[in-house]
Amino acid sequence: MRTLAELETVIAAPLPTPDIEAAAAGLLGAAEEVLEHWVVAQGQTPTTDTREGFRLLALHRQGARGDASFNACRETCREVAYHYNLITMQPDHEKSAERLQMMGLVTNHLYLFISGKLQVAGLGEFCCSSKPIRSAQDTEKTMRKEA
Amino acid sequence: MSTTKDKYKKVAYYPGCALEGSGHSYNRSTKAVGKALGLDLVEVKNWNCCGAMEVKNIDPKIQTYLSSRVMSTAANEMDMDVVMAPCNGCYHNLKKAEYDLKNDQDSVEVVDRLSKKAGHKTYEAGQVETIHALDWIRDAIGEEGLKARVKKSLEGIKVANYYGCMYTRPRHIFPEKDQGPGSESTSKPHFMDDLLAAAGAENVDFPLKTACCGGAHTLSDSETSTKLVLNILRAAKMSGADVIATECPTCHSGLEMHQIRAEEQYGEKVDIKILYFTQLLGMALGLKARKVGVHENISDSIRFLKEKGLG
Repeated sequence: MRTLAELETVIAAPLPTPDIEAAAAGLLGAAEEVLEHWVVAQGQTPTTDTREGFRLLALHRQGARGDASFNACRETCREVAYHYNLITMQPDHEKSAERLQMMGLVTNHLYLFISGKLQVAGLGEFCCSSKPIRSAQDTEKTMRKEA
Repeated sequence: MSTTKDKYKKVAYYPGCALEGSGHSYNRSTKAVGKALGLDLVEVKNWNCCGAMEVKNIDPKIQTYLSSRVMSTAANEMDMDVVMAPCNGCYHNLKKAEYDLKNDQDSVEVVDRLSKKAGHKTYEAGQVETIHALDWIRDAIGEEGLKARVKKSLEGIKVANYYGCMYTRPRHIFPEKDQGPGSESTSKPHFMDDLLAAAGAENVDFPLKTACCGGAHTLSDSETSTKLVLNILRAAKMSGADVIATECPTCHSGLEMHQIRAEEQYGEKVDIKILYFTQLLGMALGLKARKVGVHENISDSIRFLKEKGLG
């Protein structure tokens, strides 16, 4: 699994249009890795299952289990999958390059949303989705102090 | 015989804190549109904060109580059946309180205890129906009714409709959504699209319509908020939109402020206008830009609107 910084670079990099399907697969893979970071931060092993044909959607479901507010990125994940389908099912479409660019923006949104949560998870209650992580850290700190 | 439409013609109006501050133009335009459509908004007496995110994160039950007090006032002191909340945060919290009071006995007990202590009647689930401003216009007037009242069509304006993350989530607190044709969709909301299309606008396919605007990050991690907004602006522009239509004061303020910040931080100016859907509808109904508070927005849309023959 690449680091978040590496993923940021990959997602933000200009997209190679000659091999549009490979570029779409690259973005889909990067999106999966972003979700893997979230799942790992929750103390779980990222699933290898798929949902509706996409591991990305299975990973989102895993990340949202017991944490309904994580669904704030559900549609973003579905849009990544939708754009992947658009590009790979119609690679010769006149708007393929634009579709790929849009897939890049949607993937970037997923990255920003999740990396933002991870970055500030220990700093405060900035978002309801970070609560389980923060609470666990607070409990650990309290236990260490008491010990 | 009264119809469903009649039910929504006179509603209790719960503006919430944001609409008295940064979202004042949303308040102004909502009232102006209501008046232009012959709808009656009766402001909830002595309303309080819905509990927002701050209270909810400290004690969710206090948030439930605070929201219940608003609904109790509307039901028990004003004899209203419907509460309309244009702010996504308020709308979400009132719906959440309604759900909790229907399904969680602990919440019922806490709300009852606090209501007695505060000296007002305890709100009971089902006493009022909470709706959003989108539901209100759609249910009281309808798309056809709106079409018939349009004086200046929004034709030629390409709109990316941005709903934000709280209007449809979590799904279980909105049991009326996802009920097939005619109901709102939680995955692909369309009520704002439908209303603006009825007013003549051309809606673009916008993949980030329910994505996070970074509103909750603004103070703790404004860097991420700016990047999230920049991404939304870019995606809307790439979709072909001239305007992002909003229906949440937090999203709206965030988009406007971070649009400026993105230009300062990253030197990237995304030329797209940000307007409340009520401002667009108001102008389509023939109201002046000032009447719907366009001058109160942070971003400047006046010239654009004049070019389009509006305001």
